[in-house]
Order: sequence, then structure tokens, then C-alpha cells
Amino acid sequence: MTHTISLTVNGKAHCSVVEPRLLLVHYLRDILGLTGTNIGCDTSQCGSCTVHMDGEAVKACTVLAVQADGASIKTIEGMAANGSLHPLQEAFREEHGLQCGYCTPGMIMAADALLRRNHKPSEAQIRQGLEGNMCRCTGYQNIVKAVQNAALKMA
Amino acid sequence: MAKTVGTSVKRVEDPRFLRGQGTYTANLQLPGMTHLAVKRSPHAHAIIKRIDATRALALPGVLGVFTGKDLIEGGCGTLPVGWSVPNQKTPDRHALTPDRVRHVGDGVAAVVAESSYIARDALDLIEVEYETLPLVTDARKAAEPGAPLVHPAIANNISYEWELGDKQACADGLAEAHIVVEQELINTRLVPNAIEPRACVAQWNAPDDQMTIWTTSQNPHPIRVLLSAFTLKIPEHKLRVIAPDVGGGFGSKIFHYPEEVIVPWVSRKINRPVKWVCTRSEAFITDSHGRDHVTVAKMGFKRDGTITGLQVTTWANQGAYLSTFASLIPTILYLGCISGMYKVKGIFGHVFGTLTNTVPVDAVRGAGRPEAAYLVERMIDIGARRLKKDPWEVRHKNFIPASEFPYQTPVAFNYDSGDYHAICDKVATLADLKGMRERQSEARKAGRLVGIGFSTAIEISGYGPSKVVTSIGSALGMWESAALRVYPTGKVTLFTGSHSHGQGHETTFAQIAADELGIAVSDIEVVHGDTGRVQQGVGTFGSRSGTVGGTAVVKAAAKVREKMRRIAAHQLEAAEEDVVFDQSNGTAYVKGSPDKAKTFFEMAFSTFTANQLPAGMEPGLEETAFFDPTGLTAPNSAHIAQVEVDPATGEVEIQRYVAVDDVGNIINPMIVEGQLLGGIVHGVGQALLECARYDSNGQLLSGSMMDYAMPRSNLMPMIEMGRTVTPAPSNPLGVKGAGEMGTIASTPAICNAVMDALQIDHLDMPLTPERIWQALQ
Ligand code: FES
Ligand code: FES
Repeated sequence: MTHTISLTVNGKAHCSVVEPRLLLVHYLRDILGLTGTNIGCDTSQCGSCTVHMDGEAVKACTVLAVQADGASIKTIEGMAANGSLHPLQEAFREEHGLQCGYCTPGMIMAADALLRRNHKPSEAQIRQGLEGNMCRCTGYQNIVKAVQNAALKMA
Repeated sequence: MAKTVGTSVKRVEDPRFLRGQGTYTANLQLPGMTHLAVKRSPHAHAIIKRIDATRALALPGVLGVFTGKDLIEGGCGTLPVGWSVPNQKTPDRHALTPDRVRHVGDGVAAVVAESSYIARDALDLIEVEYETLPLVTDARKAAEPGAPLVHPAIANNISYEWELGDKQACADGLAEAHIVVEQELINTRLVPNAIEPRACVAQWNAPDDQMTIWTTSQNPHPIRVLLSAFTLKIPEHKLRVIAPDVGGGFGSKIFHYPEEVIVPWVSRKINRPVKWVCTRSEAFITDSHGRDHVTVAKMGFKRDGTITGLQVTTWANQGAYLSTFASLIPTILYLGCISGMYKVKGIFGHVFGTLTNTVPVDAVRGAGRPEAAYLVERMIDIGARRLKKDPWEVRHKNFIPASEFPYQTPVAFNYDSGDYHAICDKVATLADLKGMRERQSEARKAGRLVGIGFSTAIEISGYGPSKVVTSIGSALGMWESAALRVYPTGKVTLFTGSHSHGQGHETTFAQIAADELGIAVSDIEVVHGDTGRVQQGVGTFGSRSGTVGGTAVVKAAAKVREKMRRIAAHQLEAAEEDVVFDQSNGTAYVKGSPDKAKTFFEMAFSTFTANQLPAGMEPGLEETAFFDPTGLTAPNSAHIAQVEVDPATGEVEIQRYVAVDDVGNIINPMIVEGQLLGGIVHGVGQALLECARYDSNGQLLSGSMMDYAMPRSNLMPMIEMGRTVTPAPSNPLGVKGAGEMGTIASTPAICNAVMDALQIDHLDMPLTPERIWQALQ
């Protein structure tokens, strides 16, 4: 049994025939070839797979592709407008908020959703807001600084 | 050209990661790709009676199912070890076990299918009949008489016994002590959990008999040697191993893993590309774990706090098989470091490396050195408490004085440099230790459980020379190589055998080469992680890339400069000894006449036209250098943590964390600080959260990210950092290594702070609210 889904990903319309059990993250990575969204776990803990679905941050490993039917999805590949880095991407580079880069796409998507909810988050609010995203490399400190920096840039 | 070494050049690699364009192994898509999954044992110890793959093979899309017997018959060898101590008994380890499973997660069969979903479906259709056996999971119990044997040929499950130090001096030291503190300590088992799970892709190219393997490795060159000589047995020149972008390693991606054998073997068998991506739950039961020591220690003190002796007995859990560097960790890297930063005459250590029905144990960030630091730093605090002395003063009293470097410890290592009193004073000043103490005593008067903890710790890194390292057990040399290819237009590719999986070598190695050659960082591209492009290499582990790999770059650059200088001399019609290479701008000229200089571009271009070279000089400009370290470096640190324990819940709040580290000279302060920060939080994770726990059936209870707690963004306050610098004398850059220092120091700092808050001698990690609350009752 298969389903036909229509959705937009990073502003581009797609229509695909998928198995009902296919996860959104596998749809994005394996079918659309958007491998910027990473997979770090199988229990919805790490946040590496975070994307936006209709403007909300979701863990794409916890959403079925069929649930995204009709939705608008944004992934890390959709963050840089016309080739220039998004202020969050710039801030992560300036503050050294990434090392191996594996958690980074999910972290940036989660941070972007956070900043849209709260333009001027405190350190504590950033730390709490990113709790669902794991990083083993940075110890989070420079990620927090990057989000603070981006908040200023985006103000 | 201003010097770049010592400045925080922004990372060259960042844009691709920030845009989601990292080249992680799992991202690779090849035409005709197939997908592999591994059927794993649900039992900790059992005999395989029968494997029936009929139903799996009948599933549409399944291309094949292979067992351990198939691999053996197909020519695969057992996985070798890269370290052997005297009389070590190394059990056979097959990529898929043919007859008997020895830990939950041991691979018994592999299925390859048209999609990863079908491969997973097929796993459930493979029927395996087991006869379960008695089992053992505890390192010490495994060595007791009558314990179930993990490998029948290895008596008492003892793979090796190893001693270090002077037994008599230790006994004398303890005898002269005013008090002797005795303590049992458990160093918890850790799951490495790099956020990128392991993965492997292989592509067999039949017409050329060529195999290409992409794998999440920290060291592709040694992996190729092992694959070629021991496991897969494809000649090395027909085998290309690529470790593309790798999402963190922390030691766990050093080792040669079974899937690196299975995946290429199947690819050749079915003549199609094969991909395997580890799931996180699978990673918990297959990635080599870390630590897992049971230790009984005695430390003697004089009345004034002088340490007189240290005696250590440790049972180190090695798991069901010896992982690649298993026996290195609890021997030389652990016992070799139990002198810490202190002058202790009488030290003796004895370790049993035992086999159990658990996942193999090997290096995890710090590897042996955190276990040593935890032991020493906890013992000092217990001693200070008994002596009613400030633990800070006890440390101060026992430090090796700066005037005694290089300092030969009574155990193993010769520390290159350091100033331990200075680093301690610096951290005390930065933290305002006096004020901290005053505020603590006010808080305590108000009934609040505020604790201050210290740790001072050393790391041993960049070890060598190869002759010494191989004489104590290594199967590989500890050198590194670098090659500089200078193109006719003066642009440069730097090929290094080191591998970056977060460390930022594409930036720091380019900085080194830029300064050595007097050109811009942007004119240099760093290539690493590909045996098909990089000449030779050892790889990245033990915080060795800067010291060893970086020095190889310095040496290769010197050769380039030398050739350029000779070319300039020839073209300027000057004697070679009169011409200097100016590293500030990449030119060469006759001493005193910089106005008539040959530029980097001109000299590079003339190696291409080859019409104005000195007689006998070969055209082209490509220089390779190998560096074998002459000694080792001893990064060191002093950390102070302040915590408060909530007596109602047992929860620990980290209020301040102040860290001063001496990692020698620094290539890129931003990157070094980043590694230290990440390391610190990793170590705090062990102190408070992380623990791989087995039940009596050998099931891993904390076997997913849901059950195994890891540091998250809300764990720490902003860490306050400082640094002291004693340049390493053993390498021209003066660098010591920074990747593990934070982890080594932070675990004991936090544990000591919590014990200070609770005013008790000792609790084992992880210091969970439950454990603390119990202790408070
Ligand atoms: S992959 Fe870990 S939360 Fe989605
Ligand atoms: S940068 Fe490596 S996991 Fe976050």
C-alpha cells in the first residue's frame, strides 16, 4: 500500500508516492536527497533531525512522510537566502558554535524556531529552549553564545 | 603576512556544515546502492544452535543473508588487536560470530536488501535458535574462581595482568604514613555516543579488483592496514579507505569494527555497493564502551599532608573481546598516570584486564587518564578530609616543583614541562577562591549544602617515539606524515595523515603551513581522511594531531622553503648560504636585499617551467615529511567547581565552573577553547549523569538515549576559562594537545564538589539525585 503526498520543501513543490511507514527524515534524505538533516538516534532524543513543518520545529524522525502531506517544510538547506548565510548560521560560525557539525543543522533549526517565539531570550531561556538538541562536541556554551549573537543580529 | 598561529582564524570547514552540506558517510548515495542490517544477539552468552534464513530470503527485495560461517569460508580473518601487553590472551573475534554469542549485540548474521526498510524487516524473519549459558558482567566477579568463562580457553577470564611501580617503595611509603586512606572506587562504564552513529559504505569495482570503503573512522590508514593484512585480505594497493566528514569520535571511532569487514565483503560478493548505518540503539550495544573499573586504593599521608605512597589494584572490564586498543587503556595510560601532578615516591599499581559478557571496552575521551585523575583526586580529597586540611593546600604541598621539569615519575612517564603551582594560583585568582570559601561558609551557616571541588590533572599526549611505544605493546608506530604540493601558481594542497572529526584541522593545519611558508591561509587546502589521496598516516587520537601531525607539516614546509631558497639563489646568482627565505611574506632574497626578492609564485612557477633550476634539481614542488615524536607532552589543568545540593531532592546545581588549562602554545585559541569546553561537559556528564548499567541477564539497562542520560544544554552555567602556557619542548610548535584535558579534569572536580557539599568521604558515580538523596537520609 502506498500514498501520494504533496508538500513543499524549502519553497519547492514535491509530489511523491510513499509507503505509509516512511519517516519524514528518510523522505527528505533518501528520496529528495536533502541530506543536511541528520539522524542521531531512534528514540526522538537528540534533535539532529529538527526541521520546520508549517513554521514549527519538529523532529523529522518522529513524523511520518504522510503526515507532512500538504505541509510546508523547511530544512537547513533552505536557511541561506540567495546563497548568503542566515544570521544564525553566521553567528554559529562567529561564536564557534559547531565542531563536527553533525548536530548543527538540527540545532540551527531549533534555535530559529526559538528566536521566532522569543526575540530576546535570556541565557536560561536559550538553554531551556535547546534542551531537546544534543551536542557531544561543544559543551553547548558557544551554541548559547551563537544564539545570543543571532538574536542581536536579527533584532 | 601577519602570523596566524595563535589567532582565532574562523573555521574553513564551517560553511559546508552550516549549510547542511557535510559529507558524512550516511549521506553517500551511489547508483545501485543496497542496504545492510545486522542480526544481533539478544542474549549475553549463548551457543548458536541453528540459523534459518529461509523466510528472510523469501522476502521480496532481500538479496542475501550471510552468517559467520559464510564469512570464514569466504576468507575473512579475525579482528586483530593493536596493543598487546606481555602474556596477553587475546580471544578470537570474528566479524560475525560463528558459534557462540558473548554479549548482547554480538552480530550473528547480515542481511542485504534493496532498501534499508526491507533489510530491517528481514532481520525479524531470520530465526536463530540459542542455548543460553551462565554469564558474568562485573569486572571483579569475572576473575573470581568459578565464574562463567567467556572464552573457555582463558582461565578466570583474565586476559592480562599488569603491574607498574615499585612495590617495596610503595609499602615503605605507606608504612611511614601518619594515616592511610583506603577506598573502593567504581569508575562507571560510559557509552561514547558521538552524535553521528557509525556507518560504512563499500563499493567493489570488479574490473579493477578495487575496493573503496567509506567509514566513520578517526584513522583510515591503520584501518586499511588491518583490513588488508588481517580481516578482508584485499591487497593494500587495491583498497581505498575514506573517512569523510565524521560527526565526532571521542575515541569510539578509532577501532576496527566488524561492520568494516562485513560491508565490503558483501559488496564484493553481490557486486553492488552496500551501505550500513548504525541505529542509535545498535550503537549502544556495539560501539566500544569506556572506563568500567573497580579499584581498591590506599594512599598514605604525613600529618602535614605530604603524600607518602599510593597502592592501586584495579579490575578493568574489557568486555567480551579485546577491542583494538583495549589493553593500552588500563595499563600504560591509566597506571602510567597515577602519579598525577604530584611527587610521590612509593607508587605501585596492579591491574587485571578481565573478559565479561558485555560490549568490548576501549578508549573514550581521555582513555585511562580520566580514570587515573579520578582515582588520585578523590583519594587526595578523602585524605585531606581525614587530616582536616584544605584539599587545596594538600595539593599545593605535593606538586612537582616547576624547577624539576623534565620530571621522571616513579611510574612511567617523563613529564616534559609545566608549572603546577602557577596554574593553581591562576585558577584560584580567577575563581576568587577566598571569596568563594567565605560565601560557602555563610551559605552553610544558613543550612545550604554548597560545595567547592578541585581537581588538578595531567594528560599524556602525543606519545612517542615509535621505538618506545612499540616496545611496550603497540602494533603501530606513533608518527604522522604531511605532504605539501605546491602548484605552479603558488597555491598549495596539504595532505595530512591526521583526521578531523570536529577538531578543525582544515583550519589549524592551514594556519601552520601558512605561517611556515609565508602565504595566506586561503591559499592552502587541507586534505585528510582518504588513503587514496593522502600518502600515509596514523590518524587522530590521544590529542596527538597538533603535536605530531602539526610538526610533520612544519617539517614538510621546511623542505619546501629549502628548495625554494636554492632556486632563488640560482636565479639571483648568489651563493645558497647567502639567501634567506622570509617566512613573513613567502619570498627569498640575498640577505640584506629584500627589494630583489623572488616571490613565492615566481619560485613555484619555476618548478613548473623547470628552465631556471639549479643543476641537478628535479622539477616540481612536492615535499613529504614524517615526524616521529621524541617524547610526549603533559598538558595539565586546575579546575574549581562550585555546586549546591538540594537536600529535598538530592539534585546538584552547578553554580560555577572555573578552568585553567596549560596545553602549551596554542594554534587557534577559539578552537582550543571549544575543545576544552566540550571536554569539560563530557566529564561532567560522567560525574552526574552517564552510566551504562547491565542487569543480571547481561541486558544493557541504559541502552538508548531515553535511558542513558547525557549532558544537555541546561546542565552547566557559563564556564569561566583561563590559561597558563608552558610551551612543550618536544615539538617546534610547543603545543601539547587539548582534546581530552577538559574531560580528565572535570569529572573529579564535580565529584569533589559534591562530596564537599555533603561532607562525606565518597559516593560512586553517577551522582544522581536518587543516590545523593539516599546518602542524605
Ligand atoms: S534523530 Fe534523534 S531526535 Fe530525530
Ligand atoms: S558539533 Fe559535534 S555534535 Fe554538536
